[in-house]
Amino acid sequence: MAGRIKLRVNERMHEVDAAPDTPLLYVLADDLQLRGPRFGCGLAQCGSCSVLLDGAEIRSCVTPVSAAAGKSITTLEGLPDWYAKQRKLRKAPALHPVQQAMIDEQAVQCGYCFNGMIIQAAELLSKNPQPTEAEIRSAMNGHLCRCGTYPRVIKAIERASKTMAAALDDSAAEEEIAQEIRAAGAEVAR
Amino acid sequence: MSARARDERRGANRQAAGQGAQGVALPRRDFLKAGGALVIGFSSAGILADALFAQGPPQTFSAPRSGAAGPPDPRQIDTWLAIHNDNTATVYIGYVELGQGSTTSLLQVSAEELDFEMSQVSTVRLDTDVTPNQGGTYSSSSIARGSPAIRTAAAEARAALLAMAATKLDAPVESLSVSKGVISSRFGGKSITYGELIGEKRFSLAFTGKAPVKPVADYKLVGARPPRNDIPDKVSGKYVYLQHVRLPGMWHGRVVRPRGQGAYGAGAKVATLDESSLAHIPGARVVRKGDFVGVVAEREWDAVRAARDLKITWDMPATLPGSDGVYAAMRAEKTADRVVLERGDVSAAFSAGVHVAVQTYHGAYQAHAPFGPNGALADVKADSALVICSTQDVYGTRNTLGGVLGLPPQKVRVQYYEGSGTYGHSCYDDVAQAAALLSQLAGKPVRLQFMRWDEHGWDLYGPAHVGEVRATADANGKIVGYQYDGWHHNWSAVETSQQLALGTPAAEWRLGAAQQVNPGCCGAMYDIPNLKLVNHQVPGLGYLKGAWLRSPLDLAFAFASEQTIDELARQGGIDAYEFRRRNIKDEHWLGVLDAAAKAANWQPAPPAANVSKEKVVRGRGIGLGTHLTSYGGAVAEIEVDRETGKVTVKRMYGAIDAGLAVNPAFIENQISGQLVQTASRMLHEEVTFNKTNVTSLDWNSYPILRFEECPEVTAVVVQRVNERSTGAGEEVMAAAAGAIANAFFDATGVHITEFPLTPPRVLAALSRS
Repeated sequence: MAGRIKLRVNERMHEVDAAPDTPLLYVLADDLQLRGPRFGCGLAQCGSCSVLLDGAEIRSCVTPVSAAAGKSITTLEGLPDWYAKQRKLRKAPALHPVQQAMIDEQAVQCGYCFNGMIIQAAELLSKNPQPTEAEIRSAMNGHLCRCGTYPRVIKAIERASKTMAAALDDSAAEEEIAQEIRAAGAEVAR
Repeated sequence: MSARARDERRGANRQAAGQGAQGVALPRRDFLKAGGALVIGFSSAGILADALFAQGPPQTFSAPRSGAAGPPDPRQIDTWLAIHNDNTATVYIGYVELGQGSTTSLLQVSAEELDFEMSQVSTVRLDTDVTPNQGGTYSSSSIARGSPAIRTAAAEARAALLAMAATKLDAPVESLSVSKGVISSRFGGKSITYGELIGEKRFSLAFTGKAPVKPVADYKLVGARPPRNDIPDKVSGKYVYLQHVRLPGMWHGRVVRPRGQGAYGAGAKVATLDESSLAHIPGARVVRKGDFVGVVAEREWDAVRAARDLKITWDMPATLPGSDGVYAAMRAEKTADRVVLERGDVSAAFSAGVHVAVQTYHGAYQAHAPFGPNGALADVKADSALVICSTQDVYGTRNTLGGVLGLPPQKVRVQYYEGSGTYGHSCYDDVAQAAALLSQLAGKPVRLQFMRWDEHGWDLYGPAHVGEVRATADANGKIVGYQYDGWHHNWSAVETSQQLALGTPAAEWRLGAAQQVNPGCCGAMYDIPNLKLVNHQVPGLGYLKGAWLRSPLDLAFAFASEQTIDELARQGGIDAYEFRRRNIKDEHWLGVLDAAAKAANWQPAPPAANVSKEKVVRGRGIGLGTHLTSYGGAVAEIEVDRETGKVTVKRMYGAIDAGLAVNPAFIENQISGQLVQTASRMLHEEVTFNKTNVTSLDWNSYPILRFEECPEVTAVVVQRVNERSTGAGEEVMAAAAGAIANAFFDATGVHITEFPLTPPRVLAALSRS
C-alpha cells in the first residue's frame, strides 16, 4: 500500500507517495520527472535505468523504492554536482567529464543507452581513475547498446580519464599556489 | 559493374525502394533532379505564427496551425522555411531524427544555401499539422530525398531576399553578397539582415525550384563536419525522448498479450479472462475490444503489476514451423516466383566454366529490438485524436490510425518524438494503435509503454531467408556464370493491435523489398556475362510477422553470395581481393573495395590457404554489398576457438561511397555502428520459436554483442562531391556480413552455411568438415 517515502535524489530531499515495492525507476521518472534513468527492459539486463546509489551503479527498474530510502541517489542530471563534491570543487562543472567526453568523441547515436553508459563510466572512473581498455570493457559489459557505439564509448571513457587526471594536476597546482599565498600572507603578517 | 548492369540494378531496386507506406511506387534515385523542382512537401499556413524556435535539436513543436490538418502545400516557399526577427531560420523537414544525424545534415544543406551559420538554423519536431510530407524515413533516404527540396527551397528564399535587399539598399542584385544572413553590396553603403527584411513575415511565394543553387566549389558547410546538434542534450539528461512525454490527466497503460507471437494470421483468442484477479490493485482497470486486452491505471506501477497479474488464458494454434524447421518449411512452400534480373545464358555458362561453387545458405529471423521498447501517447476524443509516437512516417501512421479508430485521417494528429533506435519497422505503429485503442476504450489520455517482452515478442522481424547460389569461373579467374535463388516471405501489412481489436485479417504487402533478391548484394556488382537472380516469394501467413530490418535481407544475401565468390577465388588459387578486382569494372565498387582493403592493410593470399590446427585460429575476409543505391566494402578479422566454437570479431573495416557526403563525420559514426551491429547479427541474433509462439523475449534469450567482444572498427567515407547524395545508414552491413563469413572460411577452411555463428552451429560445421 502506498505511503510516504523520503528519498535523497541529487542531494535534494523528496517525499513521494508510493507503494514500497514500486521500482525506483517509476518514482524517478513519473513522480520526480527525471529524464536520466529510463525504461529499457525492467529486468536489470540492459542498463538504461542505471543510477548511483551511494556511489555504486544499480538498476533502478528492479530496485524497490523502499530499498533506496535513506541512501543517496544520483542520476545523470546530478552527475556534475556529484563529481564536484567528490573532487571538492568550489563550483560544479556544466557536465561531468564523462558527459563532455561523449560529446567530444561524438559517441552518441540514438543515445537512449547513454544514461547507463555515463552512470557506469562515472562510477568506474571514481574507483579506478586510469582503467586499461580491458578494464573498461569489463566494467561496461553489463550495458548494452543496439546502435553499436561501444568503440566510441571506450574512447570517450579513456578521454575522460585523461581530462580528470589533468584536472587533478590543476587542482593540486592550485592548492600549492594557495598554500604559498597563505605562507606569504603569514610572513607579511609577522 | 557496367553502365548497363548499374541501370539494371537500379531498375530492380526501384521497385523495391520506392514505395511509401501505402505501397505506392515512387521512382527513387530520379526522385528529384539536382536543382529541379520539388515533388512532395508541406504547407505554409500558420508557420509564421510560431516563435518557439531555439537553436539546437528539434525539442519543440510548432504552434498548431489554424486548425488545418497537413500536409502543407509543398509549392510554397513558406512551407519549407521561415525567417525570424533575430536573423535565424526555422527549416521544416519531413524526415525524422533517429540518431543518425540527418537533421543536422539537412540543416547544413539549408544553412549552406542561405549563407547562414549553423547556429542560425533550427527545425521543429515532425507533426502532421506542421511539417511536410516527404514520405517516410525509409531506406536511409533522408539526405538523398530530403536534401534536393531543402536545398532548392533555401536557394529560392535567398534569391527572394536578395531581390528585396536590392530595393532596400538601392544596389544592383549582382553587387550583393551574404554572410551570416547579413546582405551587403560590394559598392559599400548600408547592409541589411534577412531578419530585418522579412522576420516573422511570410514570403508568399510559389516555390518554382528554378533558383540556381550554390556551386559545389563554393561549399563551406556541406562536406564539413559540424557536430550533431542533439548530442549535448542527450548526454546531459535534457533530451526528451518519447518515453519521457506526459500528457495532462493521462493514465498509464499496458497491453496484455500472450508472451511471444504465434503464426501471423492464426490469431490469439482470449479463452478466459478473470477481472477479479486484479482486486488487489484497486487503481487498475481492464479494457478490452475483441481480443485486444489492456490495463490502465493512474500510477504506472499499478499498470505494470495489473498486466502482470491479470488472470487470462489464450487459444493459440500450434501451427508454426519452429525455428529449427523454418527453412525446410519455406523451401517446401508453393512460391510466387519472379526473375529479378537476367542476362546472358547461365546454363550454358556452367557447361563451360572451370571452377564451380554451389551451396545453400540460411539466415535466421532477427529482431529490431529497440533498446528502449516503443511507447506512444494518445488522447482520443469522439471526433478527433492526438497520437504521439516514434513512427518513421507520421502521415502513413495517421492513415492507419484513422482506420483503427474509425476517424477520417485528417482528424488524427500525429506528432513524432524520437524513441530509441528502431533500425526499421519495429513496433512503433503497433504501439501507436494500441495506445489509441486504450485511450478510446478508457475515455482518457493514455501513455502506453511496451514492456521488453512485448517488443521482443511482437516485433515485425527481419524475415528468415534461404539462398541457393551457384557460380562458375574460367581458368583466368573470370566469373562467367552466376545464379541466385532466394526464398523468404514479404512484409506484414496489418498490425497486431488492429488484428486483435477489429479482427482485421492478416495480409502481406503487395509490393515490397521482400519481393526482391537484391542485385547490390547478389553478384551484380561483378561483371558477369551470364547472371540470373530469382525470387521465390514464400506465402507469409503461418510464419512470423515480417518487416524491413536495417539493410533488409541483405545480410543473408551477402552471407551466401560473397562466400560463393570466395570459393571461386580459392579454387583458382587467387587472393580474394585480387579476384574481386579482376571481376569488377565499376569505379564505385572498385573504390569501396580498394578503400576497405587499404584500411585493413590487406596482404595477398588465397582464401583458407593457411588453415592452422591450433585451438584458436585466425582469419580475415573481404566482402562487398549494399542496400540500394550506395556502395559498401568491408574487411573483417576474426578468431575462432575450435574447441568451444566461439567466434570473436577482432577488427572490422568498412568503406561507403554515398555520393556527396554532406557530413562525413556522421557517416563514419554510421559505418562504425553498422559494423558493430553486423557483428552482433552475424554472431548472436536469432529469433527462436516453437510450434506455438516466439520464445526469445529478452536480452538473455535474444543476446546481442557486448563490450567485451566488440571489434575495433575503422570507417572510411569515399567522398564524391560532384555526385548526388545517396543513403549511408545501412549500406555497409551486407559487405560486413560477407566479410565475417569469409573470414570464418579463411580461418577454418569451412563455409559456414547458417547464421548466426553461435558456438553449437560452429562446432557442428567444423565437425562435418
